[in-house]
Amino acid sequence: MNMNIDVMLLVLIILGALWTVMGRSLLKATIALAVTSALVSLVIFRLNSPLAAVFELSVCAGLITAIFVSAISMMRPLTHQEVLAISKARVKRYRYLPVVLVIIGIALILMKARQDFMIMPPPPFSTDVRSLLWNLRRLDLIGQVVILIAGALGIVILFEEKKQNDK
Amino acid sequence: MTSSSWQLFSLYGFFIVLLFACGAYCILVTRNMIRSIIGLELLTKAVTLLLIVVGKITGREALTQGLVITIIVIEVVVAATAAGIALWVFRRTDSLDVRSIRNLKG
Repeated sequence: MNMNIDVMLLVLIILGALWTVMGRSLLKATIALAVTSALVSLVIFRLNSPLAAVFELSVCAGLITAIFVSAISMMRPLTHQEVLAISKARVKRYRYLPVVLVIIGIALILMKARQDFMIMPPPPFSTDVRSLLWNLRRLDLIGQVVILIAGALGIVILFEEKKQNDK
Repeated sequence: MTSSSWQLFSLYGFFIVLLFACGAYCILVTRNMIRSIIGLELLTKAVTLLLIVVGKITGREALTQGLVITIIVIEVVVAATAAGIALWVFRRTDSLDVRSIRNLKG
């Protein structure tokens, strides 16, 4: 495996995360989050997990961006003075993030971690993700379906409230 | 753990901790509700990446992919519901600032 490409992708992910957190506009932060998601999905694909990479790309980079953009588009745009006031306060609060990251990075490099982790022998069950999902993790899938239904119902109720308010 | 897998783990672990720190800082510092959801997304991405790396090192890619798919599905539901709640609060208070939610303040 060519490690240089991985290092480059990981550095780009951190830059994307910094852009997401420190970007001024909410819309740009959302787009930066989508870019970060796409980069994360590339890394996941390079780590031999194509199905998870496809999910990450389609759902996290696609669907979540659409949700955020639609939510932001339903809100009132800020006036010029509000933007100026908010961005002044933001710069004060967010300027420490690169410093914090550098300090954490130096601490991680200096830290001498133990290398003698034990890895358990390979699992006896299937190594195919589809059969594993349907056979071994059936209960989790039921939980996922319940959570999806609960989420959908929650959103329906929230938007119903909005219609009543409009009337 | 062999030296090559330790090298892989330490390289990815370094950047995963930085990504996690970005998300945690965003949640701690921001007062905007949408930005806190974005910070939560960054935290989830760090955890996702860590699971995938561990799956690669231990040879259990199938199991970790199943877990990651579950995480992603729940992440979407959380993001959608939280964005809906933020929108609802915005309609009530005309602001995304968490300090404007004072109705439940004791």
